Amino acid sequence: MNIIVLIKQVVATTNVKINPDTGTLIRDGVESIINPFDEYAIEEGLRIKEKLGGKVTVITMGPSQGKEVIRKAIGMGVDEGYLITDKQIAGSDTWATAYTLAQALKKIGDYQLIITGKQAVDGDTAQVGPEVAACLDLPIISWVRKIEEISDTAIRAERLMDDGYDVVESPLPALISVVKEINEPRLESLKGKMKAKKYEPITWGVGDMPGFDTAQVGLQGSPTRVVKTFTPAREYNGERIEGDAAQAAAVLSQKIKALNIIK
Amino acid sequence: MEIKDSKNVWIFAEQRESRLSSVTHELLGAGRKLADDLGEKLTAVLLGHGMRPAADELIAFGADQVFYLDSPLFAKFQDEPFAEALTRLAQEHRPAILLAGATAIGRSFIPRVAAQLKTGMTADCTSLEIDPDKKVLLGTRPAYGGNIMATIVCSERRPQMATVRHKVMKPLERDDSRQGEVIEKTMGENELTLRARVVDTVKEVEDTCNLAEADIIVAGGRGVGNRENFQLVHDLAAAIGGAVGASRAVVDAGWVPYSHQVGQTGKTVCPKVYFALGVSGAIQHLAGMQSADIIIAVNNNPDADIFKVATYGIVGDIHEVVPELVKCFKNGA
Repeated sequence: MNIIVLIKQVVATTNVKINPDTGTLIRDGVESIINPFDEYAIEEGLRIKEKLGGKVTVITMGPSQGKEVIRKAIGMGVDEGYLITDKQIAGSDTWATAYTLAQALKKIGDYQLIITGKQAVDGDTAQVGPEVAACLDLPIISWVRKIEEISDTAIRAERLMDDGYDVVESPLPALISVVKEINEPRLESLKGKMKAKKYEPITWGVGDMPGFDTAQVGLQGSPTRVVKTFTPAREYNGERIEGDAAQAAAVLSQKIKALNIIK
Repeated sequence: MEIKDSKNVWIFAEQRESRLSSVTHELLGAGRKLADDLGEKLTAVLLGHGMRPAADELIAFGADQVFYLDSPLFAKFQDEPFAEALTRLAQEHRPAILLAGATAIGRSFIPRVAAQLKTGMTADCTSLEIDPDKKVLLGTRPAYGGNIMATIVCSERRPQMATVRHKVMKPLERDDSRQGEVIEKTMGENELTLRARVVDTVKEVEDTCNLAEADIIVAGGRGVGNRENFQLVHDLAAAIGGAVGASRAVVDAGWVPYSHQVGQTGKTVCPKVYFALGVSGAIQHLAGMQSADIIIAVNNNPDADIFKVATYGIVGDIHEVVPELVKCFKNGA
């Protein structure tokens, strides 16, 4: 079983600081991490490999710092890592990113399962996974919280929905996205860390992928464009309700009842 | 798709178990406004099985036109046939705008439709407007856990696609006298691709209340103390008919299942009233609930961040305050 996990390098959102004048992110001195949701995807890939044998490969796209998240994945036990990096793909939106990743996947070719995290914690869009599946015309199972059964040719998994879950069966190859409920990601092992230190990711530019159409990527090729960013206005004129527990509860309950929401 | 000849605002009418989801009515409300601003039609696309009466409901809630596609493949949500049917319909009729809910369903298959149509989409919008000069859709969405808002356009390709958060857009009042056109089509099992198929559906939310659709949510955080005390959260939720939510810490500790988690790594909710009991207000939690209409915080730490977003705050011990609240709501609420 050849498993490919798509991962992203993100700024740790706990450290997000916004420049109040420009409304943009302050990146200086901010730690970059592997997107936390992608760690569940890596972990699941490793568990499947432990069961069925094979190889786990990660692909990330972005500037050269992407090598660091690949090394982290290697430290967890991943076999191989690809960095797709090129000036021409800078500024790509989700569609252009999916197109680029799909071209890399086409070149690698031999895979049965692609795993992504639920979404990235920076953009929060959850779009790239389904879009990659569309570009490669693969079946998809989103929001997987448990793999019930998997073989080299088929998968049955539980898909988390807003009101419960669905059991979905699909032939392979397929793409799945996983939620955090699926597992507890392992830490890097000491041996893994040693290996990661020396590991040099395979680096591809657009020219390394046959038939790559550069008109589809970068700022120019992206269908969407951010026209404005701003810090959300937080004009909360909150009211403190004073008094002891009984008094405060009485005042609050009157305010809520007055809204006529409670049936 | 090119801009030329593209026209009208479409919404995807989401259903679960043959019942229209509440986000569908909200989309009709939002779509109606956009269509009126453009002077165009509002069309709803309903994929279902044996759901013809729901098409009339879509008109009563604001649609001018409904495409109702009936197939056994649409009885349950399956990505491939849903995406293929919607993609084909959009290619044939060329809408200018296509909206769907940012739900488990919409977030799964709508990006597939966007990729098949080679167009742009904006996920999880909290505001939609038409640029009065350029007549393009301006979709505004939170990013970086709600730290930044970004307005995104898709100016050169059509349709302009977006998913919209639950509970942000307002539905119209039902009006059964509204007139509209229903275009029905039946699709056989062989007309669409189906590889990943749903073999079972299990309802799971403990209090039979869908967190994302709830009008009232009572959420507990680490400050509740322990698993036994978390009963207080259930008690208040029961007393006022709300759904139970939880912070990540509470879920990680195993006091309630993950399906109750609110926040960036859980569900994004937008109820009318959100009780935050013993929730400190970490940015990841705020990202999931700060668009609630009214936020009530009860916390013994007066400096807790949750008070910065609270409409009403009580500084106090939740073990004293919550039982009092339960009493108040049980008495003639």
